[in-house]
Amino acid sequence: MAEPIVIAEGLHKSFGDTHALHGLDLSVPKGTVCGVLGPNGAGKTTAVRILATLSDPDAGHARIAGYDVVRDAAQVRARIGLAGQYAAVDEKLTGRGNLRMFARLSHLSRREAHRRADELLDRFSLMDAADRQVSGYSGGMRRRLDLITSLILRPDVLFLDEPTTGLDPRSRGQIWDSVRELVADGTTVLLTTQYLDEADQLADDIAVIDHGRVIATGTPDELKATIGDRLDVELEDPAALPAAATVLEALAGAEPTTTDDRLTVALPATGLRLADIVRELDRAGVAAADVRLRRPTLDEVFLRLTDQKEPVR
Amino acid sequence: MTALTSPLGRLRWTFTDGFTLIGRELGRLRNDPGELIVALIFPAVMVVLFGYVFGSAIQVPGGGDYREYLMPGLFAMVTFSALMGVMTRMAGDASRGVMDRFRSMPMARSAVPFGQTGADLLTGLLMLAIMVAAGLLVGWRPHHGLVPTTQAFLLMIVLRYALSWAGVYVGLAVKNDQIANALVPLFLPFTMLSNAFVPTGGMPGWLRFLADWNPVSALTAATRHLFGNPGAPSANAVWPLAHPVATVLLWSAALLVIFVPLSLRAYSRKGR
Ligand SMILES: Nc1ncnc2c1ncn2[C@@H]1O[C@H](COP(=O)(O)OP(=O)(O)O)[C@@H](O)[C@H]1O
Ligand SMILES: [Mg+2]
Repeated sequence: MAEPIVIAEGLHKSFGDTHALHGLDLSVPKGTVCGVLGPNGAGKTTAVRILATLSDPDAGHARIAGYDVVRDAAQVRARIGLAGQYAAVDEKLTGRGNLRMFARLSHLSRREAHRRADELLDRFSLMDAADRQVSGYSGGMRRRLDLITSLILRPDVLFLDEPTTGLDPRSRGQIWDSVRELVADGTTVLLTTQYLDEADQLADDIAVIDHGRVIATGTPDELKATIGDRLDVELEDPAALPAAATVLEALAGAEPTTTDDRLTVALPATGLRLADIVRELDRAGVAAADVRLRRPTLDEVFLRLTDQKEPVR
Repeated sequence: MTALTSPLGRLRWTFTDGFTLIGRELGRLRNDPGELIVALIFPAVMVVLFGYVFGSAIQVPGGGDYREYLMPGLFAMVTFSALMGVMTRMAGDASRGVMDRFRSMPMARSAVPFGQTGADLLTGLLMLAIMVAAGLLVGWRPHHGLVPTTQAFLLMIVLRYALSWAGVYVGLAVKNDQIANALVPLFLPFTMLSNAFVPTGGMPGWLRFLADWNPVSALTAATRHLFGNPGAPSANAVWPLAHPVATVLLWSAALLVIFVPLSLRAYSRKGR
């Protein structure tokens, strides 16, 4: 198998007493989307900045397409695109003016720069706004312009640091569509996000990070499988709640969470059959209105992994 | 694409990128004519305000027309505005992530500082030309012929360029456009605390000391001398005012020697 196009090994980075990265490992195979999922302050931006040669790690190393991000920074820069958490474009220029400027700074010839700017505006539906000043753009349009600015040189690897944070659902959808198109072209994408549905929608593989290290990796399905299925039980009579809880605790080996006439419990990954569960409830004299097994959501996985009190979204 | 690896290639791209950034400045001016209008109105307001409002009450040392005395001071003010202008532009780019985009691109490391200072030189020449036109309208004239007049303008341009490098460094150091904008009003007392608008002779001792050593005073004295405008420093003036041309050149050299390397380092430094 070919070497992954993005490799990070044991990255450490501190700011004073803050360990922003604490031995971070990542590896992204060519042509895939890696979702780096983590709460605020997990170290996502710090990691992206190191991979994009904007910052050097205190320890560990990283390679993009075989080039070391510290020693071969110029080679790396020629192969990457970066769109950050904030739209890094000139507010006072037009959309087209920005693209042309950045294309010229990417050392395309004047003609080539103009052609590429129009091509990108057209393809990512910004042509209508091309000659308007960016300061009049909506948040979503700015982000989209920022995104396509990082595509000028057709990068092999695109870093997107929270590309949709703060956007309305429609603009998020448009960014997602753009990312999907790029992936279809073969671009490798490393995308950080706090949004589970974003990672679920876009990523082939997810690395969940917290406190500067990876705490879980896998496809969205694999991650969901790590915490087993959920069992939801709805009772006919709320008075049966204590009896039902005892039965479920014995079956699952964990205390169920209860609300009014409902109980929810995580089942061990070994799995239990629905029939067994219903029989056990019957034996205890509990009448269930509904018994359901369901896959966990990524939210539940995430909460479990990061021990957060609040859902991230 | 030519490689950035050979020194010659790097030099070439530094120039090309610099021109692109100059084009960016022109594009900004075109899209935001408000800025241009302010730049156009500012000199007119200054000439009227100082030349006619204050001028009626100010006695020029050694006699002479106040507006003739004033114009070199206004030229100096325009020259020193480079510091603030470049600082706010650099800090704006740094705080909005534009600088990071530049840094993550395969550009020469020196392109942005050189481009920004080059662009400022161009806008500065434009502002100076407008100020000269305003001066000519109110009766200011250079009296010593072509060579000293050219020398006076060259002196302003050299110092302006050196000051713009200080602006690059300060802008990169503060990184935050709000802080940078908060620093801008300091510009006024700094330029006013000089011989640009009033003679320093009447100031209290400590204030006069600051004003005499202020580089704004040196530039003003140098161009007054070269243009043959009134207000030449008295014979017992402090060294910078007795040798204003040398002082301006020394200031320019010192600023460049200090701030070019500092700025280049600050631009390529990776921290965060
Ligand atoms: N320049 C900096 N100076 C000090 N602390 C920083 C700096 N950058 C990041 N940090 C800290 O490092 C940690 C990780 O930050 P960051 O990588 O921005 O997280 P994320 O992008 O996942 O929200 C946070 O605790 C943050 O406060
Ligand atoms: Mg972040």
